[in-house]
Amino acid sequence: MEAFMYSEKVMDHFQNPRNVGEIENASGVGTVGNAKCGDIMRMFLDIDENGVIREAKFKTFGCGAAVATSSMATELVKGKTIEEALKVTNKAVMEALDGLPPVKVHCSLLAEEAIHAALWDYAEKNHITIEGLEKPKSDISEGEEEEEY
Amino acid sequence: MIYLDNAATTRTAPEVVDAMLPYFTRYYGNASTIYTLGSESKKAVNNAREIIAGSLGAKPEEIYFTAGGSESDNWAIKAAAEAYSAKGKHIITTKIEHHAVLHTCQYLEKNGYEVTYLDVDRDGLVDPEAVKAAIRPDTILISVMFANNEIGTIEPIGEIGAIAKEKGILFHTDAVQAFGQIPINVEELNIDMLSASGHKLNGPKGIGFLYIRRGVKIRSFIHGGAQERSRRAGTENVPGIVGLGVAVERAMRIMTEKDKRETELRDYLIGRIEKEIPYCWLNGHRTKRLPGNVNVSFKYIEGESMLIMLDMKGICASSGSACTSGSLDPSHVLLAIGLKHEDAHGSLRLTLSEETTKEELDTVVEELKAIVARLRDMSPLYEDFIKSQKQ
Repeated sequence: MEAFMYSEKVMDHFQNPRNVGEIENASGVGTVGNAKCGDIMRMFLDIDENGVIREAKFKTFGCGAAVATSSMATELVKGKTIEEALKVTNKAVMEALDGLPPVKVHCSLLAEEAIHAALWDYAEKNHITIEGLEKPKSDISEGEEEEEY
Repeated sequence: MIYLDNAATTRTAPEVVDAMLPYFTRYYGNASTIYTLGSESKKAVNNAREIIAGSLGAKPEEIYFTAGGSESDNWAIKAAAEAYSAKGKHIITTKIEHHAVLHTCQYLEKNGYEVTYLDVDRDGLVDPEAVKAAIRPDTILISVMFANNEIGTIEPIGEIGAIAKEKGILFHTDAVQAFGQIPINVEELNIDMLSASGHKLNGPKGIGFLYIRRGVKIRSFIHGGAQERSRRAGTENVPGIVGLGVAVERAMRIMTEKDKRETELRDYLIGRIEKEIPYCWLNGHRTKRLPGNVNVSFKYIEGESMLIMLDMKGICASSGSACTSGSLDPSHVLLAIGLKHEDAHGSLRLTLSEETTKEELDTVVEELKAIVARLRDMSPLYEDFIKSQKQ
């Protein structure tokens, strides 16, 4: 079925999202997006001592594409090293989902940012620098006051 | 399939289709011709015009057929603005109008007109006193919708009409959602112009009308032939007009019974949702409300996800979420009644028809409970809320 012109893969990941949930005492947690535009993603990563992502989980408030891209992003980073996970771009997420409608491309960008935000949190907790990782712009995990409308 | 999106469009009634069919293949004559075939078309058009006029307390010559609600709104507002520009260039409307009105007003603003967009209260009601207070010496038009398409709130049209009449200002109402659903009398309510559309009342798509009170000096919308008293040229959409006429006749025939039944079902659905699903609320006025409209916001979840999950269960509904509008902003109506952005994203509109059954609504509630729970399970906003409760 193709609601809203979503691919079968998107619909599959929306209907049966992989890795939904939380990781207790995660190595890194990142939350990106904002409720105002309707998408929030939170990604949890469990990273072992060799820098390999053992487990990835997510929670998402958003549309079908937001759920599907979160689900796919967790699938793509699982088992990867941090360096490899950084190469999981929004384009990679989109391709793995057989594409997204143009108006939903921002969801894949959010998924990429969620990975980066979780890795940034991991780096901060461990006082390390991850080469090539910049502080995600839309990370809202800390301190930011909710805007009053 | 359970169809609960009757505010978007309705199923064309079989009797409407049956009435239209002969006007495609048998009585296909142009209504402007003088031979018998053409006069059959002319008769059919006039008959529909009389039915519609009768349903509103208007005269047949005050009904002008158009292609639908958006065209009627465009015509009424643009033509009135042009015709009365010598008197002034100020228009009063509301923040919760349909885009056919809002975008037309914005277009006029770019062309030297000033528009006051009135606020509404939490229930979506316009305050007639605010209308009065907004009137200036150069005000030429007041346009307030009869009932809102998203939240179903029915506006105090009679009071606003009386104010407009007293001040000698033209009064237009977009009645696309209300016409054929609840009684409307243009005389009693002092309405000068009224927009309506066929497909919202089990008529065909692509046909509607604009009521223009006799004596209102607005210009032609489409220039050309002498159709519609030369104000809206173009060969008449005869099958569409016939279908609209039958749909209106039918709507008036079943209105009392339909309204009673739909109101009961509506309140039953609202009651069950409010009682059985936590952290939700009704948008729009509880009683000054279209009989078939239910609009609820569910906290911590997003509308499009809800719609897709409902669709997978064969349930058709709509939402004020940004994702369903193609922009990042959620419904302007929900924001105007004071909802936060994230709550507007989580709204669900269910609009009933006379074919809706209680069993269908029971199914919808059960599915909805599961869907809301499932989406909250994966919502970071819900997670934060639960954690804050525990502290």
